Amino acid sequence: MNFDLRLPIGMLFSFYGILLVGYGLITKDSTQLYERSLGMNINLGWGLVLLIFGAFMLGMGLRGRSSPPQNKNESSAESKMAP
Amino acid sequence: MHIQLGGIDYLILIVYFSFVIGIGWMLKRYMKGSTDFFLSGRSIPAWVTGLAFLSANLGAQEVIGMAASGAKYGIMTSHFYWVGAIPAMVFLAIFMMPFYYGSKARSVPEYLKMRFDEKTRGLNAISFAVMTVFSSGISMHALAKLLETLIGWPYWGCIFVSAFIVLVYIFLGGLTSAIYNEVLQFFMIVLGFAPLVFLALKNVGWWSGLKDKLALVATSQVVPGTVDQHYAAGTWSESWAHMGSYNQNPMGADWFTMVFGLGFVLSFGYWCTDFLVVQRAMAANSMSAARRTPLIAAVPKMLFPALVILPGMAAIALHQSSGGHFLPVGKDGTPDYNLTIPFMLKQYFPTGMIGIGFTALMASFMSGMAGNVTAFNTVWTYDIYQSYIAPGRSDGHYLWMGRMATVFGILVSIGAAYLASKFNNIMDMLQLVFGFVNAPLFATFLLGMFWRRTTGHGAFFGLLGGTLGAAIFHGLAHTNGAEVGIKGAWIAQQFQFNSEMAQNFTMAIVAWTSCFLLTIVVSLATARNKTDQELTGLVYSLTPKPKSENEPWYQQPVTLGIIILALTIVLNIIFW
Repeated sequence: MNFDLRLPIGMLFSFYGILLVGYGLITKDSTQLYERSLGMNINLGWGLVLLIFGAFMLGMGLRGRSSPPQNKNESSAESKMAP
Repeated sequence: MHIQLGGIDYLILIVYFSFVIGIGWMLKRYMKGSTDFFLSGRSIPAWVTGLAFLSANLGAQEVIGMAASGAKYGIMTSHFYWVGAIPAMVFLAIFMMPFYYGSKARSVPEYLKMRFDEKTRGLNAISFAVMTVFSSGISMHALAKLLETLIGWPYWGCIFVSAFIVLVYIFLGGLTSAIYNEVLQFFMIVLGFAPLVFLALKNVGWWSGLKDKLALVATSQVVPGTVDQHYAAGTWSESWAHMGSYNQNPMGADWFTMVFGLGFVLSFGYWCTDFLVVQRAMAANSMSAARRTPLIAAVPKMLFPALVILPGMAAIALHQSSGGHFLPVGKDGTPDYNLTIPFMLKQYFPTGMIGIGFTALMASFMSGMAGNVTAFNTVWTYDIYQSYIAPGRSDGHYLWMGRMATVFGILVSIGAAYLASKFNNIMDMLQLVFGFVNAPLFATFLLGMFWRRTTGHGAFFGLLGGTLGAAIFHGLAHTNGAEVGIKGAWIAQQFQFNSEMAQNFTMAIVAWTSCFLLTIVVSLATARNKTDQELTGLVYSLTPKPKSENEPWYQQPVTLGIIILALTIVLNIIFW
């Protein structure tokens, strides 16, 4: 099947990452908003994590796309994927 | 305790569901025949089936129920993972997957037909179909009730919207759609809840602070309704040390009941024979990938207690140290354990992050539903419709039927949602259902796969006897303080238990043992209905060992299985 799941996963989380980082930057002076997350700007911090994860998945997916599958069992993706 | 969602939170939610439906839409053109729809054309790589295998089980009972149990029983809840899941997943990969995948059976009931006979398949197919729509209904009900409580959305509106989303993406893309979305949901849940665990642990003072506060939970009675008995200080933070006797721990179970009832009967019955999870492995693109599916799933499964149980433990600790003002409480002062996770989302996540956490929560319910719906439409179409109602039709007809079954299954589960409201802990209820249906089943598979003398009559009457045994035991067993009726003791209050969980574990043991013995007795009394030749590929001693596919060591099922078991033992020792 010619459909690489890493691409939509990468797109979704990159989008969420950008969204949260942006929102975190806009609201970074709002102590009231971050009172509940124990004073941490969790939007900015975790948004970065999501962005890195999303970009990584996108990168993997795009790399797999530019070089047509030479080994059918996708072992290279697998070993890196197991969390 | 309403959660306030901002515009950004709604945006996150809407984008997620657009992706979910979009994936279904993209897959629509690959659905050419019934095999594509029900088995994903056996073309999915192992990391995808592995994460889907895990995610199909990551429904309501996992996220909400495990956090609830974490608060109620403490770290002993980890037995549901380290005893009650990992060993069975390794066993499935190494011993059973060669039969499931190698026999080319399209479903678990179909394997039963090949190994035993038509009536055994029929019994299993029908009881399984009922169970899946029931479970799907529970997920939907729990989701709708939660959204009603948390955001104030109308109950039936939530039911219909969630049913509609699941319907659309399965209708379009079948099992592949469900599997791909399960993987998406897996990442959503892990990435959505990890910061919650971090914040809760930070708040409670990391592990040492948590341990100190949990000692107060176990020993004192400051908070009304939390713990009605005094336990040893480490009861909430040590998983094995207080399992010597049933009255030493809040679970009300001793180690034998737990290991045999949960670790052996319930766990193997669920992970090794439940088509809901096995179907994911059957969709893998090779025998090796099918065998690695449960093993790949076992790695995150092993670590999930940190994600789902730990927040519950932190919540009860904070509830205790705040004098009963952390978790929402009912009229009698008992905390509403099922609201632990949603309440913590509200407590710790600001606008923005709460959109992610909340979407993850909804995703977990949907994955539970979708898993059941895809298992239901396959069993219905292949094992009931094609076998008994309309055999010999074209493949295109069965593809059409699969789509109709998806619609029908979702409609029935909307009705089943109503029943789910009768129990206060979803986990206990699911265990009860699994006890009736699944507990005897593993005895049938064990004998069928490893003893060639097992006959069709033996399997059929063994299964009936096991289910009947479970029902009779349920009628005689009573949990202290529970009402008589749907929770047991409708015949007499013969056996007393301290908790519903202990009662369910024991019921599973009774069901399994009666099925096991009855199958042996009936098999010996009846003639074999399959020759050795017919059983090749279906019975262990008559099947050639699966050939090594020249995988590197880290892809060999046996090597992986041993590593996973060793790591699980280490985890048990660390948190002993």
